[in-house]
Amino acid sequence: MSQHEIDEPTGVDTTGHEWDGIRELNNPLPRWWLWCFYLTIIWGVGYTIAFPAWPLINGATAGLLGFATRAEVAADIDRYAQQNAGLTSALAKVELASLADNPDLHRFAVANGAAVFRSHCSQCHGSGAAGAVGYPNLLDDDWLWGGALAEIAYTVKHGIRNETDDDAHYSQMPAFGDLLEEEEIAATVQYVLQISGADHDTTLAQDGAALFEEQCTACHGEQGQGDRSQGAPNLTDAIWLYGGDTTALTATITNARFGVMPAWGQRLSPSDVNAVAAYVHGLGGGE
Amino acid sequence: MLNYLKLIVLGLVFLFAALAANWGRDLAYQVHAIIIMAVSGGLFLWVLRHTDEPAPVTDTSGYMDGVVRAGVIATGFWGVVGFLVGVVIAFQLAFPALNLDWAQPFANFGRLRPLHTSAVIFAFGGNALIMSSFYIVQRTCGARLWGGNLAWFVFWGYNLFIVLAATGYVLGATQSKEYAEPEWYVDLWLTVVWLSFLAVYMGTLFTRKERHIYVANWFLLSFIVTVAMLHVVNNISIPVSIWGSKSVQLFAGVQDAMTQWWYGHNAVGFFLTSGFLGMMYYFVPKQAGRPVYSYKLSIIHFWALTFLYIWAGPHHLHYTALPDWASTLGMVFSIILWMPSWGGMINGLMTLQGAWDKLRSDPIIRMMVVSLAFYGMSTFEGPMMSIRAVNSLSHYTDWTIGHVHSGALGWNGMITFGALYFLTPKLWGRAQMYSMSAINWHFWLATIGIVLYAASMWVTGIMEGLMWREVDAQGFLVNSFADTVSAKFPMYVVRGLGGVLYLAGGLIMVWNMWMTIRGGERVTTRLPQAATPAE
Repeated sequence: MSQHEIDEPTGVDTTGHEWDGIRELNNPLPRWWLWCFYLTIIWGVGYTIAFPAWPLINGATAGLLGFATRAEVAADIDRYAQQNAGLTSALAKVELASLADNPDLHRFAVANGAAVFRSHCSQCHGSGAAGAVGYPNLLDDDWLWGGALAEIAYTVKHGIRNETDDDAHYSQMPAFGDLLEEEEIAATVQYVLQISGADHDTTLAQDGAALFEEQCTACHGEQGQGDRSQGAPNLTDAIWLYGGDTTALTATITNARFGVMPAWGQRLSPSDVNAVAAYVHGLGGGE
Repeated sequence: MLNYLKLIVLGLVFLFAALAANWGRDLAYQVHAIIIMAVSGGLFLWVLRHTDEPAPVTDTSGYMDGVVRAGVIATGFWGVVGFLVGVVIAFQLAFPALNLDWAQPFANFGRLRPLHTSAVIFAFGGNALIMSSFYIVQRTCGARLWGGNLAWFVFWGYNLFIVLAATGYVLGATQSKEYAEPEWYVDLWLTVVWLSFLAVYMGTLFTRKERHIYVANWFLLSFIVTVAMLHVVNNISIPVSIWGSKSVQLFAGVQDAMTQWWYGHNAVGFFLTSGFLGMMYYFVPKQAGRPVYSYKLSIIHFWALTFLYIWAGPHHLHYTALPDWASTLGMVFSIILWMPSWGGMINGLMTLQGAWDKLRSDPIIRMMVVSLAFYGMSTFEGPMMSIRAVNSLSHYTDWTIGHVHSGALGWNGMITFGALYFLTPKLWGRAQMYSMSAINWHFWLATIGIVLYAASMWVTGIMEGLMWREVDAQGFLVNSFADTVSAKFPMYVVRGLGGVLYLAGGLIMVWNMWMTIRGGERVTTRLPQAATPAE
């Protein structure tokens, strides 16, 4: 242990301790540091008086300013709800067919619907509504269950093939793997390719035509043009929900598909349902 | 006699592990059982070969540096591994195809992310802390490590914990608590190892030849004690079966969240701050050759830091199910913590008083100074982000990731590199590192890497926060979540490049260490003889 000594470069004395050659200077606490420390403590005491802070036996001090995070959020939501109250209630009650006659309400519905879509629909249909494999593209004019405003609103409200809403759209394609031979399915696939205007095997397609007539027309129609009353897709366009190549079509016919959409009427308010229908209707394909 | 006891214990462990490998209910557990079987089997044979042989005489006249040497190598190794996984997951976020369909589920981001965080914090940081506390406590106490080979048990036991944790994550064993992911049996093992660490450390302090305890040791001891407490409380859980890795947490809901962030925040506080301040308080004055700036400041900021840090956890849970009062207290303590945190920076930087010229000539000092600068910056940024209003913008965004990395890469990384460059030549009998210009390269690559990382995360974090909350005049959300993700893409690439630079610096360091160690010899430093009694 060395004695207290003066450190040459700084002129400050040391504490006299030494460990493995390390000594310590006897500098005081930096003034600015100490004052900043005191200030934060004083501020801290004041803040805990102003805001909810100190736990008591039941509950905690509420703070002089009456601040609460939940109240803050509720007030925020309330402000917009009041501002929009007239339009929201009009939108909930509006006859959808005549929505376009009220430009103010229509503009509000589309803005509201866009926000609903971003929060609740974009996860499956994409933030640009272009869809994905298994999730319909909402930008085109090919509709499974109808593209009029009221039809879209119905689909949103009740959903498709879900188990929570008795009014949900419902239909089920059989898994033809249980009913037909592999060769028969292969022939049907070639016929479907033919009517959709894609490259196909002509010989097989001829066999497929008879099978299609027998097995598929009840739902998809004589020409394969589809039937909206049972959500049966039009097979004559080049739009495919699960893919339109031989592999995808074979899988579809063999195992069938069973796309489900939730009943959003159980989650969204009536005005939000109408709003998102108006938004989707306006994306390009609305009828 | 002791050897027979060891053989019985190892034999039983081997037998149990064999049963576990057979009856294990999940892959991670079975693989772990095989690892434990291999380790205990190997140890069994090793003990058997040394049984009834004359015990080798250990020279106890010098410091016990073998375990520090092993720790130096482990720190370098795990550092590079951790940085590499970090770079991989950074690019996975920018280019999701890098999750590699063929390597699912093992290589997906969700499994590699804890691998990265644990590798850098616990493997790289933990080995750095253990080896430097073993080095520092011996030097500043003038005493050999207490407990003989217990220190070696700590080193190998801790690294076994890391291997079990890492393989567990990749194979799907996790209790889903951030920075506390390892499952129950790995937690139990770490508890045993950590208490042994505490015993070695306390034992050495008790046998010290110096009257006073040096400030570095206060920080290191508070780190060891607090981490033991945090680890045990946060990991209280009930295993579903002793033959499987799954366990159920004792706490639920917001109580569990609060326990987790009491742990999580103090892992930052006592592992990444107090522990590394302990390193700083030894290596900075040694490398600068100057006395510590202020003894008074070190006392005041040590106690203030230790008392205040433990209350700051709730700021991780603003605007959640946590009651407002707890959230307020977390924020207030975080802000009062600002000056105590800066006390360490002031004491470190001002220690260079009278030696500022070394910044030009000594790249190791430069690393330590940049480390302290990043420490100061992130201990300012942290309190700021804990303010509720700021947090409502920053929470859940990449700003948090940037904040963590300016602290981890800047402060923890750079001070550890400085310590490795200080220790490697000393422990292997060299005058200095093999290449001083390589240290310079490392310094600049790491610094530019951190700047790219932090800057890109500030930009993308604030952008993301603003986009999430953006509403139009009627209160409707403007952006979908996916819009914010695609907007972040360029910044994700910049962040990845920052990581590549940092990793490149790490590789240069490991090469430099290798070249220094090769051909060097393991030196034993004598304990100070007949130390003058303390005044």
